[in-house]
Amino acid sequence: MNDMTPTREEREARLEGMGCKRKRVEDVRFTQGKGNYVDDVKLPGMLHGDFVRSPHAHARVKSINTEKALKVPGVLAVLTAETLKTVNLAWMPTLAGDVQMVLADGKVLFQNQEVAFVVATDRYAADDGINAVEVEYEALPPLIDPFKAMDADAPVLREDIKDKKDGAHGPRKHHNHIFEWTVGDKDLTDAAFNKADVKIKELISYQRVHPSPLETCQCVCSFDKITGELTIYGTFQAPHVIRTVVALIAKLPEQKIHVISPDIGGGFGNKVGAYPGYICAAVATIVTGKPVKWVEDRMENLTTTSFARDYHMTAEIAATKDGKVTGLRVHVLADHGAFDACADPSKWPAGFFNIVTGSYDFPVSHLAVDGVYTNKAPGGVAYRCSFRVTEAAYCIERAMDILAQKLGMDPAELRLKNFIRPEQFPYHSALGWEYDSGDYHTAMKKAMETTRYSELRQEQAAKRAAFKRGETREIMGIGVSFFTEIVGAGPSKNCDILGIAMFDSCEIRMHPTGAGVARMGSKSQGQGHETTWAQIIATEIGIPADNIKVEEGNTDTAPYGLGTYGSRSTPVAGAAIAMAARKIRAKAQMIAAYKLEVHEDDLEWDIDGFRVKGLPEKFLGMKDICWIAYNTPPPGMEPGLEAVSYYDPPNMTYPFGAYICVMDIDVDTGVYKVRRFYALDDCGTRINPMIIEGQVHGGLTEAFAIAMGQEIHYDKEGNVLGGSFMDFFLPTAYETPHWETDFTVTPSPHHPIGAKGVGESPNVGGVPAFSNAVNDAFSFLGATHIQMPHDHWRNWKAARDLGVIKGAGAAA
Amino acid sequence: MAKTHVTMKVNGAEVEGLVEPRTLLVHFIRENLQMTGTHIGCDTTHCGACTVDLNGMSVKSCTMFAVQAAGADITTIEGMANPDGTLSALQEGFRMMHGLQCGFCTPGMILRAHRLLKENANPTEEEIRFGIAGNLCRCTGYQNIVKAIQYAAAKINGVEFQEAAE
Repeated sequence: MNDMTPTREEREARLEGMGCKRKRVEDVRFTQGKGNYVDDVKLPGMLHGDFVRSPHAHARVKSINTEKALKVPGVLAVLTAETLKTVNLAWMPTLAGDVQMVLADGKVLFQNQEVAFVVATDRYAADDGINAVEVEYEALPPLIDPFKAMDADAPVLREDIKDKKDGAHGPRKHHNHIFEWTVGDKDLTDAAFNKADVKIKELISYQRVHPSPLETCQCVCSFDKITGELTIYGTFQAPHVIRTVVALIAKLPEQKIHVISPDIGGGFGNKVGAYPGYICAAVATIVTGKPVKWVEDRMENLTTTSFARDYHMTAEIAATKDGKVTGLRVHVLADHGAFDACADPSKWPAGFFNIVTGSYDFPVSHLAVDGVYTNKAPGGVAYRCSFRVTEAAYCIERAMDILAQKLGMDPAELRLKNFIRPEQFPYHSALGWEYDSGDYHTAMKKAMETTRYSELRQEQAAKRAAFKRGETREIMGIGVSFFTEIVGAGPSKNCDILGIAMFDSCEIRMHPTGAGVARMGSKSQGQGHETTWAQIIATEIGIPADNIKVEEGNTDTAPYGLGTYGSRSTPVAGAAIAMAARKIRAKAQMIAAYKLEVHEDDLEWDIDGFRVKGLPEKFLGMKDICWIAYNTPPPGMEPGLEAVSYYDPPNMTYPFGAYICVMDIDVDTGVYKVRRFYALDDCGTRINPMIIEGQVHGGLTEAFAIAMGQEIHYDKEGNVLGGSFMDFFLPTAYETPHWETDFTVTPSPHHPIGAKGVGESPNVGGVPAFSNAVNDAFSFLGATHIQMPHDHWRNWKAARDLGVIKGAGAAA
Repeated sequence: MAKTHVTMKVNGAEVEGLVEPRTLLVHFIRENLQMTGTHIGCDTTHCGACTVDLNGMSVKSCTMFAVQAAGADITTIEGMANPDGTLSALQEGFRMMHGLQCGFCTPGMILRAHRLLKENANPTEEEIRFGIAGNLCRCTGYQNIVKAIQYAAAKINGVEFQEAAE
């Protein structure tokens, strides 16, 4: 060997494979304004469509007059439910087995519901047309409070299914009832409660919020009347699913539908579903023969497409007097709005909420979820979480704190006492899951040591004493949260969307010069897949990541995949990449054996090529193998070097983490200050630590927003009060806390590279950490549970209700 | 609606167009000039994705009519690279410090940071956080955006960038 021979470290570094903080390839275009988002798509002759929307939450539509609108300069067409009925598209199926109006058919069921679709030469003319459409309404009594949805005298919202006794998920108990979903053993759980030393019971609500990515939902539909081909550019987190949905509901041959998701400006669950705008734009392009663009404005986004949460959870824990949990009982009242359009796998009407036993060894548990209709927008998406997992984590993490308070135990100590122990993995939970791996005690203890948890508690005790002596008006809260997520949906045995198993896919095609392209069923919305997927391939086949181009979002070129949401891309698509890469390497090994004149078994993999065991100088690199595959493949072997993998995961993955939040609250103003936030995440094998850290920062910021301010609130008339960024809290840089990140690594035993996914963990674990900090701050004054969001006003109100504000009195 | 002829300077070049009086500057830039790097995120002046530099000020171009910008000197993200086409200090800082994810807020954020550093060549973390509070980001949590701007400030000032310890 001469001095020019690169060392092993140099060869590894050149690959920029897994574990490396590779800079993102996407950023070169994004930092120069050269991203290509849907609203950047401009096709010749393109028209713009926009909606007439309902001012009422619940009303009969008596008439729609489009005559004046059609005379507005630039307006070419106005679609109504009557138009859509001619193509059988006035209603569309939802992902949750319900149906949803595309345009108001006889009634409107929530404020801002789509009533008519105006198509015009530009977006200004479309707006003129909207103002000229005349709609006559007859207001009906609105149903806003989900707790009144199943009252005997509650108004009938869904006349289309009023007499239907069975829904997509079993029997319905009332005309506004959607489903009841039960899991677990009720009798054994009741028995555990009957003999419990200590019990707690609390209604824990998780308010309605919205994912609100900075780019709203949008599409451009273009129909070619000659060929019958429909091309749809859209902000789709799951482009293949959209193609199949369009094929099924528009009765178009699937090979003539081309769905393209270009760059997406954030998704967070908002861009999974199918919305009336997509259907109307598709119909409008077929009707007019010209491309039609639909772009939501922000108010439309916040008030119509896909809210999240709105879960009202009554949690009960049974425990021994020394703090060992013996049973968990949860009932959820789920407000689904006017149509059940939740984006969950088909068989899971409440998503994976049965992860609600969390990180704790509950011997028995029982869960029941009732879904109801109200006069609110449909949705129920997984806003930066796996399906209903953040609701479950919030429920159990709040309930554990309430139990700790009742027992007089430290909340971290209670958690350590009840954690699933490392030797119990794979662990079968009382509500039916098999947790793949975990080491909760190590993570919790590391978090406590790093934050000097016991010193924080001492400081808190001193501050509480000072508060009681009247020396300070500030209270200190320490929020502990330990979450277990369930992501990577999912195994075909129990996960599908509209009947399509939730696998994911990767096709790798190597080129003769040692470069290649990887096409994916996943679709990044900012997660940096073009960077990280290439890193997996680099490590697996020894080709530098820079030489691998990753393509996503074109259904004509990419293999079928179920898309990116619910932290499923690394667990499912990431596995498909590794499996496809291993097929490439297996063929490469045959080529190397032939060229090096040895048996395949005599070769060993060495970073970027194959070496003959015991003969280190006999080596063939992957770059050379790529050339040979196209130049002189072994006799009898097909030329070329490519592979495709469709990966059906054997199980979900279960990332976990320990978060600690320290907060100070001024009781007289309610103003809080997040003094410290520490987040330890265990997402198994780490592909790109820089990107993981970025994901954690972003998820924590969204958790901060939810816990401390976000709410899509409705007044009694059903007017939505969170419809702009003035009213809906998006934190700025100035109020966002500083984040401290940390990690442990417990690989998933069933995943090809041991990775578990991380994008949504910080939202799942972050919300309870903030909320527990606020509740912990107030607990010594007598509070048990204060509902989110904990904005300044609510903090002040909590203090007032506890009677600690002089002159303000306590609440009646 | 009758159209008005407007001229302005965008990224150093004289441009012109016919616009309705109600045409927003952001639509003029994106649709007439076909420079789509400037984005629209909220329509209500909150998010800052449409931020451009106009006559030496950061301006949200969704809240200004194109006719109001007649005669103005405007810089958009398309004019932010170095003259030789390489990434400018801010663009490089955002990439090196992982100051972006989906990229949608990035052009507005970079344009705002560009003006901030003209106003204050060596801002503290708090001054940066306050200075970019008119621009929302949903992905990054801002921490790495702050570092990106610090990186750029150091590079412009010719000093070595030192990341603050956590």
